[in-house]
Amino acid sequence: MAVTDIKQFAHLTDADVEAIGRELDEMRRDLEESRGARDAAYIRNAIKLQRGLAVGGRAALFASAFPPAWIAGTAMLGLAKIIENMELGHNVIHGQWDWMNDPEVHSSAWEWDTACPSEQWKHSHNFVHHKYTNVVGKDDDVGYGILRVTRDQKWHPVYLAQPLTNALLATFFQYGVALHDLNIKEIRRGRKDPRTTWRQLKQIGRKVGRQIGKDYVLFPLLSGPQFLSTLTANATANLMRNLWSYTVIFCGHFPDGAEKFTVEEFENETPHEWYLRQMLGSANFRAGPVMAFMSGNLCYQIEHHLFPDLPSNRYAEMSQRIRALCEKYDLPYTTGSFTHQYMQTLRTLWKLSLPDRFLTATPDAAPETASEQGGTVQALRRPTQQHRRAG
Amino acid sequence: MGLLRGLVSRITTPLLPDDYLHLLNPLWSARELRGVVVNVVPETESAATLVIKPGWGWSAQYRAGQYIGIGVQVDGRWHWRSYSLTSVPTEADSTISITVKATPEGFLSQHLVGGLVPGTVVRLAAPKGDFVLPDPPPEKILFLTGGAGLTPVMGMLRMLHRRDIMTDVHLVHSAPTERDVLFRKELHGLADRHQSLRLHEQFTDTMGMLALDRLDEVVPDWVEREAWVCGPPPMLDAAERVWKAQHLTGKLHVERFSIQLDGAGGEGGTVTFGAGGRTADVDGATTLLEAGEQVGVQMPFGCRMGICQSCVVPLVAGTVRDLRNGTVHVEGDRIQTCISAAAGDCVLGV
Ligand code: FES
Repeated sequence: MAVTDIKQFAHLTDADVEAIGRELDEMRRDLEESRGARDAAYIRNAIKLQRGLAVGGRAALFASAFPPAWIAGTAMLGLAKIIENMELGHNVIHGQWDWMNDPEVHSSAWEWDTACPSEQWKHSHNFVHHKYTNVVGKDDDVGYGILRVTRDQKWHPVYLAQPLTNALLATFFQYGVALHDLNIKEIRRGRKDPRTTWRQLKQIGRKVGRQIGKDYVLFPLLSGPQFLSTLTANATANLMRNLWSYTVIFCGHFPDGAEKFTVEEFENETPHEWYLRQMLGSANFRAGPVMAFMSGNLCYQIEHHLFPDLPSNRYAEMSQRIRALCEKYDLPYTTGSFTHQYMQTLRTLWKLSLPDRFLTATPDAAPETASEQGGTVQALRRPTQQHRRAG
Repeated sequence: MGLLRGLVSRITTPLLPDDYLHLLNPLWSARELRGVVVNVVPETESAATLVIKPGWGWSAQYRAGQYIGIGVQVDGRWHWRSYSLTSVPTEADSTISITVKATPEGFLSQHLVGGLVPGTVVRLAAPKGDFVLPDPPPEKILFLTGGAGLTPVMGMLRMLHRRDIMTDVHLVHSAPTERDVLFRKELHGLADRHQSLRLHEQFTDTMGMLALDRLDEVVPDWVEREAWVCGPPPMLDAAERVWKAQHLTGKLHVERFSIQLDGAGGEGGTVTFGAGGRTADVDGATTLLEAGEQVGVQMPFGCRMGICQSCVVPLVAGTVRDLRNGTVHVEGDRIQTCISAAAGDCVLGV
C-alpha cells in the first residue's frame, strides 16, 4: 500500500511539518520578490534562441536532399521543438512567466508546438497532476492509464505487454499526451459527458491537423522535389522531441524513491503536508546548465513540484535551499544521474509487467512504492542513498 | 495582406508569423500593437510628452480627445495605463503623442516622465473613448480642465487649429501655479492666433479653487455652451452637480480617468462579472472565484489553489489583491481568480 500517514512515514512531528511549510512559504515569497529584469531577459533570450533554431532548421531543410543539410536541419528543428515544449511551453503554460504581465508570454494565451491543445494540458497536467501528485487513483499520471508503475495498481494480463506499450508511448509521446485529458478510463465507464468528449476530440483534431499539415504536408511541399527528405527530417525531429520529453518526464516520478500516496492521505492532508507529498513524490536528476535547459529545468522536478508557477531559471538556486532543508529534517532528496534514474524507471516498468507473485518486495517496502507499514522513509531510503553516493 | 498572413500562419502554427518577425524588428507585429518611443519632450517639471511611432496593425483612425492604453516594461514586468492622445491624426504624420504628468504616488507615471529613453519599445492598446467633439464642432464650446485633464482638450484644440475650424471656444484651466500649466506657450500662441479662443487660467495656489457655482463670473454665457470637462474627480463631481441643477446634463461631457489606484480605501468591493453584468458585493477575504460562483457566474477553474492557471481572466477595471502575497493587480492585468480578492470595486472579463 502507498503512503497513508505521511507524517509517520517521514518520521516528522506536527511542528516539523509546520516549520518545513513555513520555510517553503518564505522561499516562495523571497523568490517572488526577487523576480525582475534579469528573469525577463532570460525567457526572452530563450524564446529568441528557440525561434532562431526553428527558422534555421526549416531553412536548412530546403536543401534536405543534401545529407549534411538534412542532418543540420533536423538537429536544429529537433532542438527547437524540444526547447519549445520543455523550457517554453510547459513552463509558460504553468504560469511561470505570468508575473511579467506580457500578453504574448502568458499561460492564458500560449499554444505549444505539440499535438496536445494547451487548454486540455492545463487541466490534465497543471490541475490534476500537480494537485493530486502521485495519489494512486486520483493522479492520472500514475501510469497514464496504460502502464503499471506501482504495485498499488492491480495486475492485469495486458500489463504483460508493458515493455512494448512503453516503447510505443515513448515513440508517439506527443499523441499520448494529446489523448491524456480525454480520460479514456472515465469514458469507458460511462462517467463522462459525451458532449465534453466530443468537444475535446474536435479540439484535438484541429490541433493535430494543423501540426501534421505543417510538418508533413506544407514544408515538404515547399521544398519541391525534396518532398520526401524534408518529410523524413521533420518526422525525425518530432521523434527526437518525443523520445527526449518522454524520458525526462518519466524520470520525474517513476525512479525509486518517488513515493505514491493513498486517497486517504490526500483527503486528510493539510496545506503543509501537500508540500511534503510533492517533495517525497518527485525525483530529480543531476544536470549541468545545458542539460537543465534542454529538460526545461525538470531535472529540478522536486523544486518544480513545490513551486510549479515560479520561473524555471531559478530552480537551480532554489535546489540548494531545498536540499539543505531536506538534510535538516533528515528527508531524502531523491536524485541521481539521468541514466541511473531512467534505468530505475525502466526496471520498474519491466518488472511490474509481471503479477506480484513473481516479485519479491512487498508494496510497503518496494523500490518504487513504500508506506509507513514498511518503515519510515529514513530507514527505507537511506541505504540506497548511501549506496548511490558511494557508487 | 490578411490572406497572406493566414497562409503563412499555416506553416508557423501554433505561432503567428508576427511572433518571428517582431524578433527582427519590434514594430513588425500586428498580434499585439507595439510602438517605439522616438522622443521624450519635457513639458513642465513633472510632465513630458512621449512621441511614439506605432508598428503594424495600428490604424491612424483616432479622434482628438480619445485615449490609448500604453504598456511599459519596468523591471521585467509590463504595466498598463491609459493616457489621452495629444497628437492630431493626420495623413502625413505617422507618430502619435501622449502627455504624461508624474504624480507623487504614481510609480508608472514617474517612470514614463523620467525614466523612458527614445528607442524603448512599448505596447499599445487601440484608441478608445467618446470624449470627442462632434463633426462639425458646436458653435459655442466650453472646455473646463484641471491639471493633466488638459491633455485630451489639448488634442481637440490642436485639431480645431490644424483644420482651421476654431469656433467660439472658452478654455478655463486650473493649475497650482503658472509653471504647472501644460502647453502654456502653445496655448497663448493659439489664443493670439484665434480671436474666437478665450483663455482663463486659474492658479489655485494664489487664486484659490474655481467655484463652479459662480462660473458665470468667468464665463458669463456658459449655459449656452456645450461643455467638455476633464480633471480631478472632485471637479467632475462639482460639474455634474452644477450642470444638473440647470437641467443641462445633455450639454455636459466628462472624462473620468480610471479609479484612483494607489491607497485605494479598504478591502473588498463590488465585483462586476463581464458582459453578463452580474455583480457581487464581497469582502476582502472572499476570492473572486467564490464570489462569481455565489452569484451564479460560470467561472473557469481547476486546482482552486493557485497553481494551475485555469482560472485566469483579464481584470477589466479596478484593483484586486493576490491573497498569497498581497500584490495588487490593476486594470489590464490577467489575474487568477482563485487566489485574488477585490481591493475596491472591480470588473472582470469573464
Ligand atoms: S484554479 Fe488553479 S490557479 Fe486558480
